[in-house]
Amino acid sequence: MMKGVKVASLGISLLDGTRIVHDVSFAIEPGKVLGLVGESGSGKSTVAKALLGYAGPGARIGSGSVFIDGEDILALSEAERRERRGRIISYVPQDAGMSLNPGLAIGTQLIERLAEVLTSVRLPTDRNFLARYPSELSGGQLQRIGLAIAVVGRPKLLVLDEPTTALDVATRNEVLKLVSDLSKDMHLCSVYVSHDLGVISAVADQVMVLYAGRVMEYGEGAQVLGAPAHPYSHALLRAVPTTLGRKPLEGIAGTAPDLRSRGTGCVFVARCPIGDDRCAAVEPALVVKGASSIRCYKPNAVEAKTNIVPLPLAKARGEQICAVRNLVARYGPLDVVRDVSFEIDKGECVALVGESGSGKSTLARCMIGLHSNYDGTIAFCGDTLPRKAETRNGDAHRRIQYIFQDPYASLNPRRTVGDSIGLAVRHFFPGSRQDVLDAVRVAVERAGLSPDLMSRYPSELSGGERQRVAIARALVCKPDLLVCDEPTSALDVSVQASIIELLRGLMADGLAMLFVTHDLAVVRSISDRVIVLQQGAVVESASTEAIFSAPATGYSRELLSHALNVRPAIAS
Amino acid sequence: MIGAIIALAIVGPALAPYSPSELVGVPYDIPNPDTLLGTDSLGRDVLSRFLYGGRNLVWMAIAATTLGLSIGIAIGMASAYFKGMPDEFLMRLVDIQLAFPSVVFALLFVTMLGPSPLLLVILVGVSQAPSVARITRGAALGVVERDYVQWARAVGIPTRRILMSEVLPNITSPLLVELGLRLMWSISLLAGLSFLGYGIQPPNADWGLMVNESRNALTIQPWAVLAPILAIATLSIGGNMFAEGMSRAIGRTEGTK
Repeated sequence: MMKGVKVASLGISLLDGTRIVHDVSFAIEPGKVLGLVGESGSGKSTVAKALLGYAGPGARIGSGSVFIDGEDILALSEAERRERRGRIISYVPQDAGMSLNPGLAIGTQLIERLAEVLTSVRLPTDRNFLARYPSELSGGQLQRIGLAIAVVGRPKLLVLDEPTTALDVATRNEVLKLVSDLSKDMHLCSVYVSHDLGVISAVADQVMVLYAGRVMEYGEGAQVLGAPAHPYSHALLRAVPTTLGRKPLEGIAGTAPDLRSRGTGCVFVARCPIGDDRCAAVEPALVVKGASSIRCYKPNAVEAKTNIVPLPLAKARGEQICAVRNLVARYGPLDVVRDVSFEIDKGECVALVGESGSGKSTLARCMIGLHSNYDGTIAFCGDTLPRKAETRNGDAHRRIQYIFQDPYASLNPRRTVGDSIGLAVRHFFPGSRQDVLDAVRVAVERAGLSPDLMSRYPSELSGGERQRVAIARALVCKPDLLVCDEPTSALDVSVQASIIELLRGLMADGLAMLFVTHDLAVVRSISDRVIVLQQGAVVESASTEAIFSAPATGYSRELLSHALNVRPAIAS
Repeated sequence: MIGAIIALAIVGPALAPYSPSELVGVPYDIPNPDTLLGTDSLGRDVLSRFLYGGRNLVWMAIAATTLGLSIGIAIGMASAYFKGMPDEFLMRLVDIQLAFPSVVFALLFVTMLGPSPLLLVILVGVSQAPSVARITRGAALGVVERDYVQWARAVGIPTRRILMSEVLPNITSPLLVELGLRLMWSISLLAGLSFLGYGIQPPNADWGLMVNESRNALTIQPWAVLAPILAIATLSIGGNMFAEGMSRAIGRTEGTK
């Protein structure tokens, strides 16, 4: 019988001595999955890679041991470790498609034990399938090939680094199920890294919450996610939207500490609602209590808010601001949006929901004239808009604003933040330098940013800050309609929560919104009405409450059934 | 190094002991205190001719390169931004121009219209433009798809301003490397044309021309050939290294995408 995986006081530091992972210990029994959760920069991926004996450029594993079936792989030579990678330890990256050789047919890439392994990951085994190249497979199939390659050598430890982040919900759930089943059937120890608490709650038996390279809380999954004892775990859970109800989302104030220049206290103290002088002075030790451990002086001090307080919906429907009629949009000969009609009222948020390829982003781009190959009409305040952005008038340019999905690409890297926003001000409201500066400052503050950021370049900002800058840039235009294309999908949950709250605040000021997303939990927390798209056509259009409580079509029901929610433990 | 050569080309005439076309001694005189590098086939002072000879070459090369870059960048950015038909049209135009060897292209017009500095600058500039257009288009294709350019389109910022202030600043790295290469090519092309007798006309002093005039006396007066050759080589290689260094320095301050 296999002994499982035992990691003891793992420490990883940068070459200048900064400790990026501090004293991480855990044990995994065969057949079990450990979930590593945390925000970006928490060290979760670093820990996962260290299990392969790999520290990444500029870092080294300073201390600790990783026993896999009784053998400490950190004590081995590099050559011995390399021999064990892929054989007893396997790794599945976020994007398995990228790690496959595009020039080799997939059959060639996994010649051994083909049929057996392919069956175990539920892929076909016929010759035709094996002769395909990676580009001929879907994202879900590629991820399953990645899994197949990982388990083909009958490894003892399987490390999965966000393998489902890029997948649609339905495919994601299949892969998650596969990971659980494979772990059980092959008696694997698995480590699953994700920032998505819903995914972790679905797949993991045990959960470890990391923050700034330290273990904050570690224990049984149901315990940690259902009734968290650490204030950070609490804060994370409060930030997660759910399809179960329209609850207010709370972001976590502040930012993660700079590991080079932090004090001696608890790493979370600056953002902790219950931190005190002792927390700031001396870092609490990790206290082991039965099966779980926690690093906090005051466990369970944050009151659990398990019941969902529903938020009121927007005011009664007022005047219509935008109407889309019989929209058919094409890419070349392909219809990607088919005969879609809807209206948006003032101060209302309409969500456009669908899987990738449903045409939702194309539709959003038609709204602002970036996709002009369409039939049908888009009317704004009663006037039909020209198709191309270049031929629309200044009023339409100003009153419809767009928030892009990727905050890393939506700001010119050569302009400072203030200059980027100022460009919009100067374009629509030409005025003196001081007027422009004042307008920028007001918008920056409205978007919840410090005015100090105005002189920084985008590369110096975090993803959440960049998205706020993009929102500020939209706000200075004094828009009436904001088109948001998955504005939070690239962000951490705590950041997502604060952005959603910001957008909700803007709606209270009378802004109408078209919110494009695939995330139903986000939809429930912000939108008033939902339009479900499937392959470019409207499947269902109803109020948010109606869709979530009684979906009328099979497709909506299916989408809803794929949503993963973290369920609070009952009366614990 | 490059600075020294350019400085030499600019202030050289002031330092020269004689006028470049003045006859100061017997032909092919060996170096002596009066004429430090000796005299050429007509008895003119080689040092003076060398000091004068860079001036025309340097300013013409810089002017031609500037012209070539401007035309090329304009074509390349327009091509990348508008795509479709305009792109096809401009790129085919560029291909046709690229198919002509630039020396032949320049010779054709010089023989038709007669040599003049302005014509040379235009010819060399135009013959540089296609490859600049190619590089610009390649670099700009990625940038025009980025969301900040799309945002600028969506709010109706005029296309010319989008290209100048959103696209251009983000493709400077490859363009600076190209600038160095083009400068080097301009110098060798201009020097080459002079050498062939289609560039700067005698009795003006010019490094390319000097190589030609003095090559008959290569065995007795190698410095009259070597000095201009070394100057041309240093100038072109130095220009290239300088531009590459600039682009690296900019790339470093740029940080991550």
